[in-house]
Amino acid sequence: MSVDFKAVPRLAGGYRFQWEEAQQNHVLLYPEGMVQLSDTAAAVLSLCDGKRTVEAIVAQLEEDYETEGLDEDVTQFLMEAEAQGWVKYG
Amino acid sequence: MAKIPPPLWLLAEVTHSCPLQCPYCSNPLQLVPKKDELDTEGWLKVLHQARKMGAAQLGFSGGEPLVRKDLEVLIAEARKLGYYSNLITSGVGMDAARVEKFRELGLDHIQVSFQADDATLNDYLAGTHAFQHKLDMARAVKASGYPMVLCFVIHRQNTDRVAQMLDLAAELQADYVELATTQFEGWALANRDHLLPTLEQVREAERVAHHYQEKLKGKMKIYYVVPDYYENRPKACVAGWGKVFLAVAPDGLVLPCHSARSLPNLELHNVRDHDLAWIWYESKAFNYFRGEDWMKEPCRTCDEREKDFGGCHCQAFKLTGDPTNADPTCAKSPHHHLIEQAIDTTRLNPNSSKPLLFRKRQNNSNLS
Repeated sequence: MSVDFKAVPRLAGGYRFQWEEAQQNHVLLYPEGMVQLSDTAAAVLSLCDGKRTVEAIVAQLEEDYETEGLDEDVTQFLMEAEAQGWVKYG
Repeated sequence: MAKIPPPLWLLAEVTHSCPLQCPYCSNPLQLVPKKDELDTEGWLKVLHQARKMGAAQLGFSGGEPLVRKDLEVLIAEARKLGYYSNLITSGVGMDAARVEKFRELGLDHIQVSFQADDATLNDYLAGTHAFQHKLDMARAVKASGYPMVLCFVIHRQNTDRVAQMLDLAAELQADYVELATTQFEGWALANRDHLLPTLEQVREAERVAHHYQEKLKGKMKIYYVVPDYYENRPKACVAGWGKVFLAVAPDGLVLPCHSARSLPNLELHNVRDHDLAWIWYESKAFNYFRGEDWMKEPCRTCDEREKDFGGCHCQAFKLTGDPTNADPTCAKSPHHHLIEQAIDTTRLNPNSSKPLLFRKRQNNSNLS
């Protein structure tokens, strides 16, 4: 599996991404389950809005974190997220 | 004791009324009468308090939650509060318009249960003609953009049809399918001689489920759990007493597991009298099986005690008379022969001579 930089990821149907005050954590909610997300995972998922390309997501995160070379971290997470069924394309 | 974590999952059993009469129902034999149910205000209070504590997953269950006329009000409030909410339903009491309304109000998903994959067996087990309507409702759920979550409760009378159930699920384009093994609580325990599958059935169902899991990978998620009677180890009931899960019964009684009402000497509290947070953190009932101080041998020194927490206390009580005994489904339990006897009875005498007891209020009195 690989990630196309021009592809547009979005949250899969039935999933909800939100901040949980009681847990002080971002979570992903789905039928019968909940995943607590790392800060990095949350940062990427918050940009999977069905409008931005993977390329744009990387650029945005690099800008937000004032750093470079995040493409590998982002694509690796997106591959994992797709395998888990959290993220879909198109 | 370690710090008590907040509840993450609230099960709102809004009513025990149900148009179906499934003999495997896990509701207590003494069903809560309609007149004793919490009113709308009472349920709204429960939703607010649990959400404030940290509950994020919410299940509307019963009985049949669709019986409640104020379900729409509760769903809308749940969405406003940020719950991820699930309607656990037979589908009876719903039409396509009501599904659409739920969607508008922010219900996150709907789990439709089936008794079997064909009309005759389904309607026999449900005690009513519901199959065709269930099919229509499953399609309506999918058509309105929901993920389709189907649940088949399996037991001796239908376990041989797991392949057909999964074929039906695939035909309906289900996203998730739960093959839920009957838990022998409440009505199901009263009917155990009819419902406990044989070992051969369990192994075959497992094989079929795994085959379909492979075949439909990426299309349909299939959950199948081997019944605890055949596992030699107990299940970690509700992921540990007072750790994650909280149920509120139709009358407002707050339960650490949905069968806890059957346990002796457990002083359960009602949301009419106490704040949920007090009940969760402070009440004796919720602390009763927290930690390991309550454990006896073989649990106390067992190297798996942090995995299953001694198993199901309701099962331990119902079968051994003492809820602090190890769950007898565990092969290490000195009472494990009770499980082996039940399995033998099933194997040697698959057609029980006892009448199958359908779940309805007037049948309460047929039981001691």
